[in-house]
Amino acid sequence: MPPKPLDYESINENVKRSQYAVRGELYLRASELQKEGKKIIFTNVGNPHALGQKPLSFPRQVVALCQAPFLLDDPNVGLLFPADAIAKAKHYLSMTGGGLGAYSDSRGIPGVRKEVAEFIQRRDGYPSDPELIYLTDGASKGVMQILQTIIGGQGDGILVPVPQYPLYSATIALLGGSLVPYYLEETANWGLDVNELRQSVNQARYKGITVKAMVIINPGNPTGQCLSEANLREVLQFCFEENLVLLGDEVYQQNIYQDERPFVSAKKVLMDIGPPISKEVQLISFHTVSKGYWGECGQRGGYFEMTNISPETVDQIYKVASISLSPNVPAQIFMGLMVNPPKPGDISYDQFVRESKGILESLRRRARIMTDGFNSCRNVVCNFTEEAAKQAGKVPDVFYCLKLLEATGISTVPGSGFGQKEGVFHLRTTILPAEEDMPAIMDSFKKFNDEFMEQYEDHRGYSRM
Amino acid sequence: MALSFFMRKSSALRFRNLFNRSIAVLHNQHQIPHQSITSSSSSSLSRFLSSSSSSSMASSDSSFPVTVHNINPKVLKCEYAVRGEVVTIAQQLQEDLKAKPGTHPFDEIIYCNIGNPQSLGQLPITFFREVLALCDIPSVLEKPETPALFSSDAIERAWSIIDAIPGQATGAYSHSQGIKGLRDTIAKGIEARDGFPANPNDIFLTDGASPAVHMMMQLLLRSEKDGILCPIPQYPLYSASIALHGGSLVPYYLDEATGWGLEVKELKKQLEAAKKSGISVRALVVINPGNPTGQVLSEENQRDIVKFCKTEGLVLLADEVYQENVYVPEKKFHSFKKVARSLGFGDNDITLASFQSVSKGYYGECGKRGGYMEITGFSAEVREQIYKMASVNLCSNISGQILASLVMSPPKVGDESYELYRAERDGILSSLARRAKTLEEAFNKLEGVTCNKAEGAMYLFPQIKLPQKAIDAAKAAKTAPDNFYCRNLLHATGVVVVPGSGFGQVPGTWHFRCTILPQEEKIPAIVNRITEFHKKFMDQYRK
Repeated sequence: MPPKPLDYESINENVKRSQYAVRGELYLRASELQKEGKKIIFTNVGNPHALGQKPLSFPRQVVALCQAPFLLDDPNVGLLFPADAIAKAKHYLSMTGGGLGAYSDSRGIPGVRKEVAEFIQRRDGYPSDPELIYLTDGASKGVMQILQTIIGGQGDGILVPVPQYPLYSATIALLGGSLVPYYLEETANWGLDVNELRQSVNQARYKGITVKAMVIINPGNPTGQCLSEANLREVLQFCFEENLVLLGDEVYQQNIYQDERPFVSAKKVLMDIGPPISKEVQLISFHTVSKGYWGECGQRGGYFEMTNISPETVDQIYKVASISLSPNVPAQIFMGLMVNPPKPGDISYDQFVRESKGILESLRRRARIMTDGFNSCRNVVCNFTEEAAKQAGKVPDVFYCLKLLEATGISTVPGSGFGQKEGVFHLRTTILPAEEDMPAIMDSFKKFNDEFMEQYEDHRGYSRM
Repeated sequence: MALSFFMRKSSALRFRNLFNRSIAVLHNQHQIPHQSITSSSSSSLSRFLSSSSSSSMASSDSSFPVTVHNINPKVLKCEYAVRGEVVTIAQQLQEDLKAKPGTHPFDEIIYCNIGNPQSLGQLPITFFREVLALCDIPSVLEKPETPALFSSDAIERAWSIIDAIPGQATGAYSHSQGIKGLRDTIAKGIEARDGFPANPNDIFLTDGASPAVHMMMQLLLRSEKDGILCPIPQYPLYSASIALHGGSLVPYYLDEATGWGLEVKELKKQLEAAKKSGISVRALVVINPGNPTGQVLSEENQRDIVKFCKTEGLVLLADEVYQENVYVPEKKFHSFKKVARSLGFGDNDITLASFQSVSKGYYGECGKRGGYMEITGFSAEVREQIYKMASVNLCSNISGQILASLVMSPPKVGDESYELYRAERDGILSSLARRAKTLEEAFNKLEGVTCNKAEGAMYLFPQIKLPQKAIDAAKAAKTAPDNFYCRNLLHATGVVVVPGSGFGQVPGTWHFRCTILPQEEKIPAIVNRITEFHKKFMDQYRK
């Protein structure tokens, strides 16, 4: 009998090493239980529409018209679509070279990239070059492309926050690179300490690793903190001194739930600092249509903007993008609509604002409910979530999470999926379940936790803070 | 002791960094040549070793952490000619024409480099677009106005799709293999096509077929000692993906003289040669119908290939994205899965990954990025790993998933939309067949050019016997002869094709790939322009 051509032993080691807990053990167990008929509340992934958040109406109308442009000639089109949606659809269709079904430029539709550049300019107050903006099938694809460009092998290190969104660890493992962790300080609201960065870099270099890039996730995932401007300046200065490219994952920039610390982009701070740093530090910033108040995860729409990357390197990045031909065109239109939303006076403006505000305010309320709820549980301490849709409590992880799932149907992700300090345990939950379900969810969590702690506290001596 | 050494070394490193950075800054501001402190031991300082004397630091790549000198060498190595040099020149010419019309002997660029039908005027299938639009705005499904704008079977299909999506949420990340209900539909479609059952759990929906190919290469290639057998000529996704994943491409030559025939003895020969040179060959790629070659394999040929893979323990990677593009009555598409099952081969006999896409066929929905792979004959542990890889990207775009299910289950006889669907489909396919024939005949009339028939797919891959004078001129222009020909063709006619070296060819032969996709009305003018250019070219370079 001939040998099986592909068995577990003979596949790429990097694939085996790579882990992605967000859809790992807990999620698979939850899916099993769901099949058995148990009601499961999935809080494991930032997937708002799966938990009842409705899509914004206007963008869906525009894209639907772009999907079926023959509707535009139909005399009845006004029965279902407002005039500004019709106009917008024509606007985006004219930017494509053949509608939604044609491969676009591998970097994305030039007209949309121009709109993204204009958005960035309005947001930051500094010009942005559409030629250095690439649209991608979700921000994740962009992150993977950039990491692939940077990582040649084990000797290449990427500074990654702990805890982190495990796309980074999974991708670095797949590419055979080295993850260089830097710990966020939980007691300081998950703050970033430059001394900690320096230590991590030095340790890596001592091991012979060339640290090439640093990832920041701002607002943070899973931690939810917003970096202060001062912190960002320190980070940029650090990257300048240590010759690192900064990868700024800013996908949650629309999810800000407090007013004291608004989102400031890494690009803005970099430009504010001025030369020479603003001309030297290489920065790649990522954004998406999946988060914010849009929550259009299923579209797979994202972009990255490159700053201070040389033309030769940009050419190589373009070459790799061209192998996948083009990002999906409907999502490119979603991106255009996101950066260029309805304006005052537009027919759909009021509805758009109402829907967006409604979502953001509800997210803010849910963040508060869950924080307070967790904090009232034994052995659970929670920093108030400033933004983003994640929480971290302090409990032992996989074991706890499985017990939680089985007892209550709440599906979370254990903190070990994101990285945490040794001896300290977390779970990550989103704040996305429907508002009306929240009190019941928090009650059932509290009940479970109290019982769990009662059962295990004395015997196992888990650490608590 | 060790700790203080460590501290000193790291401080020294930082000092060097800071010192060199400030020198770099001075250089930038004052244009003085600089001497940097270099260290042969630390690669983080390598940027300073390669400093050029260029006046502006901003234009020199060498002082930044990410430069062409230190990026992933596999990225540098990989190539993808479909959007390569000739296309870049074409885009520049297109800008020229906009800015200064009349500066070139043509008034439009015609892109025949890429299989992108809707960019050249092909229309989408109405029913598919109706369903997709309705799925974007599911709230209208209940409205009384909706039947005034949409056909009733499109509304019905949209309902069944929306109901298959948990929470009816089309904007949510789905299961990482794709929405289960859609995979069920696709599995049924595969079964209807092949006459053998398909398991929805074997299906992974992806953003086009290309990401699925990348996943398999990532899985299979551990190092450059791992090889993948690929056809020459091939669609350069394969060579690029193998390079990106650090493996080795093991070429097998298709036989131009026999209509691009695939001989198992050629496969055997290349396999043995690879083994002798220490390569562990993991898989065989077969593109059927072929790209760029357009041949459709005979069932017998396919049986031999399947048996070969079983005997040699190779994974069969079957690129079947052109399965609905067959233009000759004497050939039919048979999936490799069907062929394997017809031989009585099950999951223990053959490991097979079959790729399909929404980009080709008669639907041509390239921009949607929809596709799937069906994997059979993989062990449970390996399937777990494949699932894990898919999960890192969470899921493929939902609209593309929906479209893939529509492509595999189009309107049937008796459905309200069936007549229109059939007319659109047959119109496109018969037009493609006519264009394939017209262009093939035109190329065969050119001096020194032979062109095999396009039995399927979307391309012609003519061979040009370039005269020595042309080859010398190409050398002088520092470019490959086929690239030289394509550049000249572009400048004279505005027609963009891809040189054969982008796909691979027997050394010493020259080809180019031209799509059959420009609209039928344009084809005579294109033929005239190319014919005229070719005559002038041969007049100029004939011996």
